Amino acid sequence: MRIAKEIRDDRTVLSIQEDRIDAHNSGELKNLVLKTLEGGAQNLVIDLARVQFIDSSGLGALLSGYKNANLRSSGFALAGLQPRVRSMFELTRLHRVFDIYPSLQLALSA
Amino acid sequence: MCETAVNLDIVVPNETRYLRFVGAIAEQLAKELDVQEDKRDTLAFHLNLALTEAVANAIQYSAAASAKDSVRICLSVKDSYLSVRVFDHGGGFDLAAVPAPDFDELGERGRGIFFIRSVMDSVQYSKTDSGNVLEMRKKIA
Repeated sequence: MRIAKEIRDDRTVLSIQEDRIDAHNSGELKNLVLKTLEGGAQNLVIDLARVQFIDSSGLGALLSGYKNANLRSSGFALAGLQPRVRSMFELTRLHRVFDIYPSLQLALSA
Repeated sequence: MCETAVNLDIVVPNETRYLRFVGAIAEQLAKELDVQEDKRDTLAFHLNLALTEAVANAIQYSAAASAKDSVRICLSVKDSYLSVRVFDHGGGFDLAAVPAPDFDELGERGRGIFFIRSVMDSVQYSKTDSGNVLEMRKKIA
């Protein structure tokens, strides 16, 4: 999975460079998020602007990151959800769980 | 409205990298069907999602049983109904026993069947001579 990592002020931004997260690459996403948290990232932002499709395993990978960040008292936010991706969070009510911003810019200025 | 007769029989290797391919077929099929223009994108998304979840499950079950190394998918349209059948060669599971998700529970697994049930009209799982089959149906007109 192609992911760009960038430090912006006190935040670590992981920008997903794929248009699709499914059972083929969700394990990789989960591991990369966990590694980033283990590496000491305090405020993680996952930029999903390029992602047009996510399945249940992708949601699972993001939930894993969310729970791990909570254990470490680290921030964990999602940004740039496309309509189809957002609808997956709404169907499962996970939009009430995650900290979600319309864009990376808004997530960084929050 | 004219009927669109479609019968697709697809066999893909038992590997998750083919999920993208299967999803793309589902999206393309939605573009070919006789549906209202404003419903086409949603149908494409829902078919992509249902097929991705069903095939991912079939791959997982088949791998767990060290079974056949391919997954068969049959897509057909008849009388305004789309039928999607996904065959697996694993031990099978009890669809009726799959609970609706507890939205307060933040488990990382267990939402696939919920998504299929959410976007399709009916879902059945049964054993046949050619393996287990998950059949999903949706009215398209």
